[in-house]
Amino acid sequence: MTPGRWLAAAALFVLLVLPAVLGTYGLTVFIFIFFYAFLGQAWNIVGGYAGQLSAGHAAFVGVGAYTAAKLAITYGLTPWIGMFVAGMAAALLGLGVAYLGFRFGLRGFYFVLLTVAVAEICRLITLHIDALGGALGLFITFTGNPWMFQFQDSRAHYYIGLALMLLATGVAAGVERSRMGAYLRAIKEDEEAAEALGVNTLRYKMLAMTVSAFLTGMGGTFYAYLIFSLQPAAVFGIPLSVDILLRPVVGGSGTLMGPILGSFILSPLAEVSRAYLSGGAWAGAHLVVYGVLLIGVVLFLPQGAYPYLRRLLARGDAS
Amino acid sequence: MRLLEVSALAKRFGGLEAVTDLSFTLEEGEILGLIGPNGAGKTTVFNLLSGFYRPDGGDVRFRGRSLVGLKPHAICLLGLARTFQIMRPFPHLSVLENVKVGALARHPHVRDALERAQAVIRRVGLEGKAHAPAGGLTLAERKRLEVARALATEPALLLLDEVMAGLNATETGRFIELVRQVNAEGVTVLLIEHVMKAVMALSRRVIVLNYGARIAEGLPEGVVRDPRVIEAYLGEEYTRAQA
Repeated sequence: MTPGRWLAAAALFVLLVLPAVLGTYGLTVFIFIFFYAFLGQAWNIVGGYAGQLSAGHAAFVGVGAYTAAKLAITYGLTPWIGMFVAGMAAALLGLGVAYLGFRFGLRGFYFVLLTVAVAEICRLITLHIDALGGALGLFITFTGNPWMFQFQDSRAHYYIGLALMLLATGVAAGVERSRMGAYLRAIKEDEEAAEALGVNTLRYKMLAMTVSAFLTGMGGTFYAYLIFSLQPAAVFGIPLSVDILLRPVVGGSGTLMGPILGSFILSPLAEVSRAYLSGGAWAGAHLVVYGVLLIGVVLFLPQGAYPYLRRLLARGDAS
Repeated sequence: MRLLEVSALAKRFGGLEAVTDLSFTLEEGEILGLIGPNGAGKTTVFNLLSGFYRPDGGDVRFRGRSLVGLKPHAICLLGLARTFQIMRPFPHLSVLENVKVGALARHPHVRDALERAQAVIRRVGLEGKAHAPAGGLTLAERKRLEVARALATEPALLLLDEVMAGLNATETGRFIELVRQVNAEGVTVLLIEHVMKAVMALSRRVIVLNYGARIAEGLPEGVVRDPRVIEAYLGEEYTRAQA
C-alpha cells in the first residue's frame, strides 16, 4: 500500500471509533462535515471533473428531500427506499437541465446562470404547492422508528453520513479511473478537441450531471430526516447551492480528496461561526468569514487546498 | 478504392464565400496536398469534413456514406481524424493522458487504451515526455502530440493541418518521415501545408485553393509550374529558386 492509502485507512479507522468519545455537539459537527463532503463529492463529478459549474445543486437536494418526505408522509414509503426514488427524481431533473444547457451549447457563466435559475424556479414552485406545505414547509413527525429512517441517537446519523460520504467518494473514484473520467477531464480542458477525438461531449456531460444529481437527491433525503422540516428557502436556496460547491472549490475540485478536505475545513468553521456569530448584530457574519476564506483560496491556492498539500508532501518525501 | 468524395462543397460566412463549389476525391492509400495562400479556405475545408462546420451546399461522402449533419465525434469514430492548426492539447493532462483520450475511441478499457497510447507515443518519438504535462511542451513536441492523439483514434483518413509550420529543417525531415510511415501502414492522408518541401516530398497529387475555389489540381511538379498557382500563391521567387 502507498503512504496515501495507509493514511486514508488510518483516518477511516479513527472516524469509525470517534463516536465513542464525541459528545452531542461534536457528533453534530461531524454529521455536517460528512453531509457536505458527500454533497461536494457529488457536485465534484460534474463541476470538478467535467468542469461544468453548477451553482444550483440545491435544486437536487430539494427535489430529493421533498420526494422522500412526501412519499413517507402520504404513502408510508420508507425513506430507505424513498431515498433511491428521490435520487431518480433528482437525476431526471438533472438530465433535463443538462439537456437544455448542453444541447444549446451553454458554457461557463451562462450555464451557471441556468442552474441558478432552475433552483430558483423549483423554490418558487414548491412555495405555491399546498400539498408540499407551501411557504410553511413540510414537517415530518418524529417517531424515532429506524425503519422510517428516524433515529433517536445521532450516532446513527453519524454513521449514515459517513457511509454516504464514502459512497460518493467510491462513485467518484470509479468515474476517475474509467473511460468516463478521462473523457470528463478532456471535456474540461478543451471540448472541441475532445469531440475531434471521438468523445460524445453532449452525452458525457449529461451523464455526469445525471449521476451527480442522483447522489445529491439521496443527500436531500438524509437532510430531511436530519432536520425534520423542509422549507423551500432552506433546501432550494442559493446559500445551500453555494455551500455545496464551496467544499470542492476550497479543497480542490476535480480531485478525489478535495471535497472531503474542503468540508473538514469549511463545515466546522460554518458551525462555529453560526453558533457564536448568529445573534442580533452578528447575524450573517458567518458569511463574511466564508467570503474572506474564499478570497484567500482564490488568491493563494487557486487549485484548492488538496493539490497544494499533495505537492507539499511530495516535497517532504523527496528531501 | 475511393475513400472520400467531396462534391460541390460550399460554405459562406455572412457575405464571404469561404468555400465555393469544391469537388475532389481521395483514393485509399493516397497522400493529397491542399495548398493555397492564407485565407484561401483550407482550414474551412477541414472543418467541413470533420463536422465542425455544416456545409451550406454540397456533400461529403466517406466510404460511400454522407458525413453531412454528423457530429465531429461520430465522424471520428467512422475513421476520419484531424489535427488542429492552432494546436489544442489538453494542457493540464500529461502527454500519455492526452493520447489516451484518443485511444479510448477504439479501446474502451483504460488499460488497453493506455497500452495503445504508449505505442503511439513511441511511434511519434515522444516517449521521453510521456508523463510531462502537455502545456509545457515545445512547439515541435506539441505538433507531435497533436498527430499522436489523432493517430490513437486509428483513423483510415488523417487530416493534417499545417503540422510542419514553424519547425526547423531537421524536425521537418523527421515529420516527413513520420507521415510517410503512417501512410505506408495504410492511412490515407490529406495534408494542408505551407512548407513546400514537405508538400513536394509527400503528396501524390496537389489541389490549390484560392478565395475558396480550386484553381489547380495535379501532380506536384506540374502544379508548381502552373502560372495561376505562381501568381496566387508561390510567387516568382519560388519558381526562380527551383529553376
